[in-house]
Amino acid sequence: MMEIGLNHYLVLSTILFAIGLLGIMRRRNLLMLFFATEILLNSVNIAFAAISHFYGDLSGQMFAFFVIAIAASEVAVGLGLLVVWFKRSGSIDLETLKSMRG
Amino acid sequence: MFEAIAFYLFAFLTIAMFYITVMSKHALYSMTALAAGMIFISAFFFILGADFLGAVQIIVYSGAVMALYAFGMMFFDSTRELKEKTTPSLLVFGLGGMAALMTVIIVAAPIVSDNIAAAYPIVEGVGNTQAVGMVLFTKYLIPFEVAAVMLLVAMISGIVLAGKKMDISLTLVEDDEIPQHDKEKEKAES
Repeated sequence: MMEIGLNHYLVLSTILFAIGLLGIMRRRNLLMLFFATEILLNSVNIAFAAISHFYGDLSGQMFAFFVIAIAASEVAVGLGLLVVWFKRSGSIDLETLKSMRG
Repeated sequence: MFEAIAFYLFAFLTIAMFYITVMSKHALYSMTALAAGMIFISAFFFILGADFLGAVQIIVYSGAVMALYAFGMMFFDSTRELKEKTTPSLLVFGLGGMAALMTVIIVAAPIVSDNIAAAYPIVEGVGNTQAVGMVLFTKYLIPFEVAAVMLLVAMISGIVLAGKKMDISLTLVEDDEIPQHDKEKEKAES
């Protein structure tokens, strides 16, 4: 209980990942989907840092850095697309993307 | 002892913040809770001895990404409550539970085997930032450069996508000259 090991961090990471997945499946707003994606990436970063610490290996931290870089560029491109879509359709609801339904 | 207290405190805070992010009806509350959760996550990095990663987490996530979201939300009508159609909760919980179980298996499977050796062991006698720099600029130099190019591409695409028609300053033109929104125009036509 008092000794914090790798499993504690992995369980926490899994809980946060499940919250992010729940958000992705539950929300219909595209901005909220971006938030849920950030939660997913962050939960994985915790797992990387924990494994890096408990195995004495720096590769985990390196991967966490690259995940952060990918998250930053994803936000930039995604928000740009979202702004264009909002200018075009006036809504950022996921339902408005169903334009190709026959 | 203190590590356990810090871990459980920040674990509770992070889970609570992210739960608010996912469940809140206001986009503004959601974004604020997400920013708080990011800062609480950096506490885990500091506990785990990854000081540089924690600093980068605060600077990049709560600084850059959250500022980007805040600027992006100026384009959207974020003050009203989000009206969303929600899917049946049983389906969501079933799928979420199965996905979480799969995640546990994916994460736990390498731990079961014990023959894991450190590829780049943590260097003794230097700080975390120096050790990270030594690995990042030797073994991971090419991914680092590729990440730099990727950020440049993201920056250019962000400017090109969001920066259209930004040469008109909305504060300098008269009120009736401001182009109304497309949706209202469509409503008037139909």
